Amino acid sequence: MVVSTHRPLPQEIRDIQRELEETCAGYGLDFFETIFEMVDYEEMSMLAAYGGFPTRYPHWKFGAQFDELMKGYSYGLQKIYEMVINTDPCYAYLLRANELTDQKLVIAHVYAHCDFFKNNAWFAHTNRRMLDEMANHATRVNRYVDRFGYDEVEQFIDTCLSLENLIDPYWPHMSRASDVKQKSPPGFAANGSDGETVDSQGRFPSKDYMDSFINPPDVLEQEETDRRQQREEQEESRSFPAEPWRDVLLFLLEYAPLKDWQRDILAIIRDEAYYFQPQGQTKIMNEGWASFWHSKIMTSHALTDADLITYADHHSGTMATSPQRLNPYKLGIELFKDIEERWNKGQFGPEWDACDDIHQMDTWDRQLGLGREKIFEVRRIHNDVTFIDTFLTAEFCAKHKMFSFAFNDATDYYEIASREFEKIKQQLLNSLTNHGQPCIRIVNGNYQNRGELYLLHDYNGVELKLDYARDTLVNLHRCWSRPVHIETVVEDEPTILSYDGESHEMKTKDE
Amino acid sequence: MPRTIDRDMQRFKQIVRGKVRRNLRKYITHGEMIGRTGREMVSIPVPNIDTPRFKHGQRGSGGVGQGDGEEGQPIGRGQQEGDGQGQAGDQPGSHIREVEITLDELAEMLGDELELPNIEPKGKNAISSKKDRYTTIRPTGPDSLRHFKRTYKRALRRQISLNDYNPERPVIIPTRDDERYRSWKSVNEPEANAAIIYMMDVSGSMTDDQKEIVRIEAFWINAWLNKQYDGLERRYIVHDAVAHEVDEDTFYRTRESGGTRISSAFQAARKIITRDFPPDDWNIYCFQFSDGDNWGEDNDSCLDILKEHILPVCNLYCYGQVESPYGSGDFIRELRRFEDEWENLILSEIGSKDAIYDSIKEFLGTGR
Repeated sequence: MVVSTHRPLPQEIRDIQRELEETCAGYGLDFFETIFEMVDYEEMSMLAAYGGFPTRYPHWKFGAQFDELMKGYSYGLQKIYEMVINTDPCYAYLLRANELTDQKLVIAHVYAHCDFFKNNAWFAHTNRRMLDEMANHATRVNRYVDRFGYDEVEQFIDTCLSLENLIDPYWPHMSRASDVKQKSPPGFAANGSDGETVDSQGRFPSKDYMDSFINPPDVLEQEETDRRQQREEQEESRSFPAEPWRDVLLFLLEYAPLKDWQRDILAIIRDEAYYFQPQGQTKIMNEGWASFWHSKIMTSHALTDADLITYADHHSGTMATSPQRLNPYKLGIELFKDIEERWNKGQFGPEWDACDDIHQMDTWDRQLGLGREKIFEVRRIHNDVTFIDTFLTAEFCAKHKMFSFAFNDATDYYEIASREFEKIKQQLLNSLTNHGQPCIRIVNGNYQNRGELYLLHDYNGVELKLDYARDTLVNLHRCWSRPVHIETVVEDEPTILSYDGESHEMKTKDE
Repeated sequence: MPRTIDRDMQRFKQIVRGKVRRNLRKYITHGEMIGRTGREMVSIPVPNIDTPRFKHGQRGSGGVGQGDGEEGQPIGRGQQEGDGQGQAGDQPGSHIREVEITLDELAEMLGDELELPNIEPKGKNAISSKKDRYTTIRPTGPDSLRHFKRTYKRALRRQISLNDYNPERPVIIPTRDDERYRSWKSVNEPEANAAIIYMMDVSGSMTDDQKEIVRIEAFWINAWLNKQYDGLERRYIVHDAVAHEVDEDTFYRTRESGGTRISSAFQAARKIITRDFPPDDWNIYCFQFSDGDNWGEDNDSCLDILKEHILPVCNLYCYGQVESPYGSGDFIRELRRFEDEWENLILSEIGSKDAIYDSIKEFLGTGR
């Protein structure tokens, strides 16, 4: 690989890096060792297309991404300044063509990202040796390509990618009953040694002449029917899986009739999906945190007079907002600043919540100075959803002119729906939950007792894109090989979409 | 050693061009890169391939934004990608910035993307005009053209070589010999003038959606031809049963009702050509858009005017038939009959917005 040949940084950049590393550490940022590399735009686009890694499995989607990035750059439409990946040691790529001011900004930004990767709880279970793992994945896929042909393998990767988002964001953080070795509690041994044993028919041991008294036939009969009934009920209510299962990919891995190589590819896609998943889960926080620190470090340490204009221009460019899209950089940095200020001034807790005198709130300052400590704590334990849920305030929404918007069927336009705090927050949380993806679970792997797969979409007001849903069912069927169904809502009616390998069916769910 | 990314990109392009994996074609998306010219946002056709997923549709969707505006104010059209969900890509830490581009650059991108050939103006290279270009330097000239930097450099050089230069007190005094002036060179440039005549059917059966298609297509055609020619004149004709010459703004806004007589537009176009654009001096382009629902008996007179007076003088005659909700007519079939006789006659059916780029390629791909 061209890119992995390590080239030392120019002395000038190296000095800046050393200095900034020290400054960052001085503020309490705690990062893995970070290795910077200078790349040109083509290499940068390639790395970005590959999600930051020099080696990935062969697939057209990387080519498409690369093509788009290269075009965007050569047309002067967009530019990637920097790229950093969550590994230990952390690798970061600097664009060779950047001005020195930008390099400083980017280096400071990168150190804050590294700190976030290392300390945020949602990253705790990511594989920090992903560089090797990705290369390993590439080797395995390449081997299958050699053996089964490019088209065959690529088609199956397409199928897997179509299901890629059906994972459980909490899965890496849970310990399951099945993980813990099942041990029966002592004293519950199957054959109790303490005298009386009951045989399978519920008979107590007895002498012949006492038998009809100790084990009266009518009671035995009654017990027998009870037991049978109980067994039947159990049999009926027993479902597979026992509980709704969100990690659809894992379910397929364990139960779908896949070939070995297909199972391996599905496992690769799943691994990578889980690796990237926390980054989607903490986009606002991660970018906010990095922007907070680059701004802090640039304005209080690294800026020279000559840098000022360029820095201001580029920083504000990054922070620009637009009506249709919330800028995670902007929202994140402002929330962190807001939290720091509130905890510095003591604007929290029951007393603050109870206060409704505007003047008093304006001048509220307990001089606690807890802000810095608080934001470090926040970056350790929160993800975007809990971050917004806990720290978005009505004052903040008003100050930043936030609004919620909704799609209007009648006009075919997105329209501003509300400026009420509760609604904005609700909308924002909705769109962040599960990374804006619909939440889908497997509720039955043996639907109608015919081994059909039955999925349930937790409808929260937004319907599925129907044509895509149908095509995804086709892909799901390709893995499961038996008919597949998904229960969702179409035009306000509970509906089941089905695909049996030949035709699609859509029917209203009868209650 | 070939890079893996090149292999992936090659594969992607093959899919887009429909050479392999044809079943993926329906997921190819167009035009998602947004640029700005002046205040207008334009999207540049960059193909990509979508992967079907369980994902949210538009119905009931929404998001959170920032900025001014009243409740109920529309902020963006539906149906565009990135359905406003405030989604974040899983690209780790990349900054993306939007930059303004000129119309010329846009046209170039379009040309690259659609692989449009440059136009060879028809045999009028004889007509050339003299142009003065300020590309050279002279030791004499008016003060207003003095090249300060060069003058300063010469003065500096002279003073240093005469040991007159004191770094402590860096005063440079140019003398008469040091002075340099910008100057021009006369160049002969072949002049190529082009005229575009747009004709649009505004009869009752053309809805706003069709006009939007015409508008977008005309925008790109303008951009491309503008880049190819120095002087570009545009004329607009709208017609139902009668034709009117109108200005650009009216062209896109008029809504009439009533029947369709395409020959009326042809008459008007012919008049404009004879009046304003003598075919010997001009490269003439005609673009006609209609849903093709012509009044039956009119077809013959249309074809007569077209063959007698219009096709012989045009570089290109393009007919785009848009599909209206009332179905599309058969005018295109009439034209198909002699498509082979005239190689400057180009026909294209534009089914939907997605077909615009293909149709531009059909129109302009000839390099005429």
